[in-house]
Amino acid sequence: MTSPEFRAGIGNRMKIDFEHRQSAHCENGATAGLISHYGVEISEAMVFGIGAGLFFGYIPFIRLNKLPLTTFRIAAGSVFKRVTRELGIEITARRFRDQQLAMRVLDETIAAGVPVGLQTGAWWLPYFPDAYRFHFNMHNLVVFGKEGDNYLISDPVFPESVICPADDLRRARFAKGALAPRGKMYSLNKVPARLDFPKAIKNGIRAATKAMLKYPLPIIGVSGIRFLAGRLERWPAKLGEENSLLHLGQLIRMQEEIGTGGAGFRFIYAAFLQEAAAHLEEPGFIEYSRKMTAIGDRWREFAVRAARNCKGRAGVDDSFAAMAAILREIAADEEKLYMELAEALK
Amino acid sequence: MRKEEVPQDQGIADGLKEVAYAVDEDGRYVTVPSAGWEPKNISNYQAWEVIAAEIAATRRRVLNGEASPLAYHMTRNQMDITLLAQYMGLMRWRVRRHLKPRIFKKLNQDLLERYASLLKVTVAQLQDISLVDEPRIPGRDRQ
Repeated sequence: MTSPEFRAGIGNRMKIDFEHRQSAHCENGATAGLISHYGVEISEAMVFGIGAGLFFGYIPFIRLNKLPLTTFRIAAGSVFKRVTRELGIEITARRFRDQQLAMRVLDETIAAGVPVGLQTGAWWLPYFPDAYRFHFNMHNLVVFGKEGDNYLISDPVFPESVICPADDLRRARFAKGALAPRGKMYSLNKVPARLDFPKAIKNGIRAATKAMLKYPLPIIGVSGIRFLAGRLERWPAKLGEENSLLHLGQLIRMQEEIGTGGAGFRFIYAAFLQEAAAHLEEPGFIEYSRKMTAIGDRWREFAVRAARNCKGRAGVDDSFAAMAAILREIAADEEKLYMELAEALK
Repeated sequence: MRKEEVPQDQGIADGLKEVAYAVDEDGRYVTVPSAGWEPKNISNYQAWEVIAAEIAATRRRVLNGEASPLAYHMTRNQMDITLLAQYMGLMRWRVRRHLKPRIFKKLNQDLLERYASLLKVTVAQLQDISLVDEPRIPGRDRQ
């Protein structure tokens, strides 16, 4: 519903000149879009790298559709927080209890010419194709205008900007369930004219390598990949065939899900390392990028084998033991690369 | 992954093209639209088949008079009792009761309207067992 103030203030049409760009992942994309809006060109990959988005966690006690959660990136919200902090960007972020107030503040903010990032649930967004409609609450998008009762939205995972009726957007902002957005909105107050990219890049890489190498839990980082390999190997005996295939399917979905850019964000990170090489004037980083691409290719190979199992077309090389072996090789390759990166930044 | 290897396997995405990261002939990273990838289609169909089987099972229970139509609409909206109760601001035991045909029939208008508005149907549709449809799997019927 349009608030009366909004109508009185600026009429029925309001549009901020905001450039929509499709990206692989929603939070990277929303963050990159907001920063770029203030005249600082920044890519999705750069946001992901500075935000230390790269991660791994196999978390069997958190269940999604009754199956264990595997994540290839850091917790939602953390990339935005880190990137803005590292680049010295002042932000406003708030959540709401009152749904009407949440929509009114959104209207007032865009009326003031400020594009607004929102955390939403995916389920209630009518422009989502059915296949993507899950009760998934960590979606991010940017609102850049309103026409009558429709919001103009730059949803990073869509090729073009989209339109969303106010009532649906309100529902999406107050989706319930795990990690409910509770109306979360965020915007940028001030972007410094000069940003210290090299420092931010180095800190981002340090944070990511630290999480992957030194996280004090066996299910996180490189040791998490090894932990998963051990579990996966025992799935057929422990869970039976049908349930092991469901577990395997979930794993591929999390790895290749919309937003990962392929191979569980490994390709996006490789793109970031390439950009980092130029910023840091360290041609050696091109080689790190190449290694990360090779690691991504191995994750894809793992997914191909896992999918053949799910389809009932597994060959001799696709056994659970063979897949676990690939995971262990990936863990070794990633471990080596993160150690090299950490060493290079000393 | 090289640019020319970016898969274009139609399926679950149902026409939407996602962004994939790949390297071009000079080894530089570029973003390439991708229509989908077979392993991803396979794993997503697997998930949808589980969902569809649950909807079909609930549908049978509704048609057999073992569950109220609300149970069908809950499942079709991929909700469980906990999530539906959260959306309705009700205790779970109350929602569980509403899934019983006998109790659902006596449900007051206010609650019916709230359920209907949440699930995006009319009260009449919510009560009408004949509208309880077979599930559909996205991207499948178009292949």
